[in-house]
Amino acid sequence: MFETALTGNDLLFLAKGAGMTLAVTGVSVAAGTLMGIIFGVLRTQFGPWWSMPLTFVLDIFRSVPLLIQLVLANAFQAIAQWGWPPFTTSCVVLSLYTAAYCTEIVRGGIDSVPVTTRRAARSLGLTWGQDMRYIVGPLATRVSLPAWIGLTLGVMKDSALVLWLGLTELLKSSQILITRLQEPLFILLICGAFYFVLSFPIARLGGYLERRWSPND
Amino acid sequence: MIEIEKVRKSFGALEVLKGIDLIVANGEVVTIIGGSGSGKSTLLTCINGLEAVDSGRVLIDGTEVHARSTNLNKLRQNVGIVFQQFNAFPHLTVLENVMLAPRKVKGMAKPEAEAMAVKQLTHVGLADKLRVYPSRLSGGQQQRMAIARALAMSPAYMLFDEVTSALDPQLVGEVLDTLKMLAEEGMTMICVTHEMSFARDVSDRVAFFHQGIMAEIGRPDQLFGAPQNPETQKFLSNVR
Repeated sequence: MFETALTGNDLLFLAKGAGMTLAVTGVSVAAGTLMGIIFGVLRTQFGPWWSMPLTFVLDIFRSVPLLIQLVLANAFQAIAQWGWPPFTTSCVVLSLYTAAYCTEIVRGGIDSVPVTTRRAARSLGLTWGQDMRYIVGPLATRVSLPAWIGLTLGVMKDSALVLWLGLTELLKSSQILITRLQEPLFILLICGAFYFVLSFPIARLGGYLERRWSPND
Repeated sequence: MIEIEKVRKSFGALEVLKGIDLIVANGEVVTIIGGSGSGKSTLLTCINGLEAVDSGRVLIDGTEVHARSTNLNKLRQNVGIVFQQFNAFPHLTVLENVMLAPRKVKGMAKPEAEAMAVKQLTHVGLADKLRVYPSRLSGGQQQRMAIARALAMSPAYMLFDEVTSALDPQLVGEVLDTLKMLAEEGMTMICVTHEMSFARDVSDRVAFFHQGIMAEIGRPDQLFGAPQNPETQKFLSNVR
């Protein structure tokens, strides 16, 4: 029969790692989405020409591998003597990484709202802000949701890279256990199951919202 | 009263309006006919300030639309516009579509706004569609909803920009009937249209636009019966 040295305490250890993964992902996705919305709105308002500097910076965060960003940012904050703990550095880098992608998602969502619909809203006397809040916001959210869910799930898995800064998140916890117990396949299986448990509700939430909104279109 | 004085408007090198003068008195129905690209629709969007003018001015009850000091959001409450595309807000029910502007722009309480919306939707014959989403409506019903949405702001003036052009032929009648009803109730209206029989039956005056100029304006019997301008004659002989 199957035997393992894995104890309940080890599972708890993994769960703590999963908690760290969740914390890093939660903070980064929340901050990144907020920035992405602001940058996305700025991009559509200013047009491609005036937002070129912003686009350029965001393109850097989209094209340089996340691992390199993390290592460079950590080195930089050390040189600048900011004294950021690894958690802060990780969240800052992942937030900007998320924001870079989210900006494009938001811009696409806003662009998907027909100009004529927005004109109709404005001609009823709605201000720019009211148009954004009551018309563009809800419509753009519907269009952007699947891509945003995909981004969130991606960031959660990419967040494993913060182990290079010394954060003991889910993957690092698994590695520690593997080193100690020498049962790599079994532990990775459990680690994968943890990731799945974290991701599944988010994916289902996306599906639920899409279903709820779809009869209205 | 809507006063349009020497309005000029260009898009790049193309001058769409080459000095338009028109005064629309309260209670008057003016229809604008003319070929595509003659500047008809652009004039309407200039009247409610959706488009800026290059020179000249538009006055609505004495307020200059394009003056810096004019609060356009306030002014637009008094000037309803309905477009060729129905422009329904797809995420809101028919009732919510109509209630949105009275609630958010005029700050009406919910019951008050709902009563207003129900009244206007009943007026255009959509009393049985209050809780459905626009996607469940036909084109003609969506367009009537758009009319009710504009009317719910109790505007003194209504602008109609080719409101039947995107409709299937069998749905044109119901929308035109709604416009006729409004005209009979004394609404001040400017209608850009391709429906000649509508222009003839409903208007107090008909204006013919040609290449950015108002080539001719007159009572429908004059303009359709004995057009003076050769371009008007050519246009009317083509559409008949």
